[in-house]
Amino acid sequence: MSTVVETHDHGHHGPAKGLSRWLFTTNHKDIGTLYLWFSFIMLFIGGSMAMVIRAELFQPGLQIVQPEFFNQMTTNHGLIMVFGVIMPAFVGLANWMLPIQIGAPDMALPRLNNLSFWLLPMAFGILISTLFMPEGGPNFGWTFYAPLSTTYAPSTVNFFIFSVHVMGVSSILGSINIITTIFNMRAPGMTLMKMPLFVWSWLITAYLLIAVMPVLAGVVTMMLMDINFGTSFFNAAGGGDPVLFQHVFWFFGHPEVYIMILPAFGIVSHIIETFSRKPIFGYSSMVYAMASIAILSFVVWAHHMFTVGMPLAGELFFMYSTMLIAIPTGVKVFNWVATMFRGSITFETPMLFSIAFVALFTIGGFSGLMLAIVPADFQYHDTYFVVAHFHYVLVPGALFGIIAGAYYWLPKWTGNMYDETLGKLHFWLTFISVNVTFFPMHFVGLAGMPRRYPDYALQFADFNALISVGAFMFGLTQLLFLFIVIKTIRSGKQATPEVWEGAGDLGLEWTLSSPPPYHSFTVQPQVK
Amino acid sequence: MSQQPYYVPESSKLPFAMAVSLLLFIIGASNTVIDAGTESNSYLILLLSFAMIWVTMYFWFKQTIQENHAGLNNPMLKDSYVYGMAWFIFSEVMFFFAFFFALAYIRNFAVPWLGGEGEKGLANMLWPGFEASWPLMITPDQAVFAGPEKDMSLATAYNSGGLGGVLGWLPLWNTVFLLTSSLTVHIAHLALKEGNRRKFNIWLGMTLILGYLFVFVQGLEYYEAYAHYGLTLNTGIYGTTFFMLTGFHGFHVCLGAIILTIMLFRSLKGHFTADDHFGFEAGSWYWHFVDVVWVCLVAFVYVM
Repeated sequence: MSTVVETHDHGHHGPAKGLSRWLFTTNHKDIGTLYLWFSFIMLFIGGSMAMVIRAELFQPGLQIVQPEFFNQMTTNHGLIMVFGVIMPAFVGLANWMLPIQIGAPDMALPRLNNLSFWLLPMAFGILISTLFMPEGGPNFGWTFYAPLSTTYAPSTVNFFIFSVHVMGVSSILGSINIITTIFNMRAPGMTLMKMPLFVWSWLITAYLLIAVMPVLAGVVTMMLMDINFGTSFFNAAGGGDPVLFQHVFWFFGHPEVYIMILPAFGIVSHIIETFSRKPIFGYSSMVYAMASIAILSFVVWAHHMFTVGMPLAGELFFMYSTMLIAIPTGVKVFNWVATMFRGSITFETPMLFSIAFVALFTIGGFSGLMLAIVPADFQYHDTYFVVAHFHYVLVPGALFGIIAGAYYWLPKWTGNMYDETLGKLHFWLTFISVNVTFFPMHFVGLAGMPRRYPDYALQFADFNALISVGAFMFGLTQLLFLFIVIKTIRSGKQATPEVWEGAGDLGLEWTLSSPPPYHSFTVQPQVK
Repeated sequence: MSQQPYYVPESSKLPFAMAVSLLLFIIGASNTVIDAGTESNSYLILLLSFAMIWVTMYFWFKQTIQENHAGLNNPMLKDSYVYGMAWFIFSEVMFFFAFFFALAYIRNFAVPWLGGEGEKGLANMLWPGFEASWPLMITPDQAVFAGPEKDMSLATAYNSGGLGGVLGWLPLWNTVFLLTSSLTVHIAHLALKEGNRRKFNIWLGMTLILGYLFVFVQGLEYYEAYAHYGLTLNTGIYGTTFFMLTGFHGFHVCLGAIILTIMLFRSLKGHFTADDHFGFEAGSWYWHFVDVVWVCLVAFVYVM
């Protein structure tokens, strides 16, 4: 057996010591760990902002913060959760699992991989620091619509713009690395249609990222020029159009929505087949469904802006194309259910989160279908119904996918089993609080409560108090998750290589020891 | 060949140095635009970050080249660089797409609606009497964004000087330069594949001359626009789209020219063999890419 060691004198004996291991590493597992911890820390920062929001909204009237600061909280909560939590967590999982799942020695471009990670703390450090500047941080919503983000923005918007540029560079470089790894580094015999679904989901996600992150860079560049150099992209006085901002932003934004859910589809597929002890039902239709969702995501963007004043033909086109997405998504939901059907199911923590994912993500999907209907959307637009919708797909959707994946692979990463009792406690507290938080938002939204306001009419008071209680319960419960993760890293029952009963046949990751060696597959395995 | 393992580099300080450079870039660039017009030294941070980016890139590329020369790169790793470059160019395509998208939306929807045409012509009540046209010479609010006196289109060049006007139309010459340079860089590539180093250097040198000529003429055109056409970045949406599209393209031509210049120096130093020269090939792909963007620019910005 030849190994990497022979070609290089310094030798690959293991990780370097101390801080330099983390600053200068080129190892996919180290970088994956960095991504996951970064995302975890950002979850608590973005989460505390949500707590500020919910504390203010506990009662009608202004009690705790001023509207100006409230706006900064909603804006940064959104930006941090999207770009600082969900995306880095998925990239962290990809870094850890892709090379192992396809039988590769590491990511294709390891130094680039390190750069992709370290750009994120830089960008978010700057973004968060704007909150402490005299003018305050971004306050125009995470969608930063012009002219609120151009003509009427605080000057710190410039820090925001350049931070977004750097986040974009990070995502693009990371995605180039992932696509290259998947196309180039698969073990002999692993054809595309034999790839694990998590790998497939990331191949499609990375494609979407490379396609739309430059568009985001473009739109913030237009903002930069409008603010500082006198152009008129978003200024009708010069012949431009503020609505142009929304079109370009959502051309990025809608594929971005799927970037935040597709990898969760992959994770959940693995978990459901493992704990149902059946191979996934309809593997190829799962792949085609994800590809269809990705392609359709490029032609539905204007459903985010039905009320902005588009020609009727445009409204109809975007309504029907949006509804079309329900078909491949439905295929996936039915496939997950069919996988569980007549399986020998056990309900370990990752499985609980995955079943909750299927049920609650479907609720988010249905409310999305309601929002796609143009005349109905005129009523729902910018109300808490929209907030309920996208939190249902992002929290019990994307975040549950991540948490499920973490529980599923933690024994593989650390070599220790997590505490199943605590894991189940974490699940049930999370499951209850997430619904207490987000389900009543549907009702207040349909009754007309607008989003992004620090105050509301009195008739919404009861529901909002309930929502706030749920939100604090949800936030505190995640401290339990932190405790469980740390406890698992430090101690726990020794995990076997296959970890889960019968998982040995389900993927290459379960053929390695737990924890896997620092360099996973120095010689590529043969896949039958 | 598959016996040689995939080379996974040792831990490296370069990526972290690059991340710190970009941190300084964010701080420097943001403070520079915020402090513009005041006495401030924040531009020095920006310049420092540029210097750090260049130095880091120099050492980074140097290291990868040395690894290749040391025989560490197996065929699979070489393919990784090929995939990486191809997808990087795709990301660049999408960056330009955003600006072409903006131009298309402005021309087909925003400006006509402001002028009272079409289903959303109601927008005309913002500035009653505003008439839509393209190139947009009179903006809706002339007091805020005074429109340009003259535009850069082929039609204007022809109308003002007939055939002579067309021959004096700078984008025509730039089209000739850039399209020819795409051809010369391809000939250079063929020469390299034959192992004919002298021929390669000559044709690559010609490519560079054409490339720098393009940049020079583009500069001339900008000078004309500012000095004689009253066409600036601040003259409403025509000036905005014109300068942003041609400007970003010109910036990418500069990048491509710098890449190919470095390739010429590398060739003079004896780098590249007939079957191992992806550094140059990636540069030539980039060059063809800026050429394609230019063709789109001529069609959508200058002619149509």
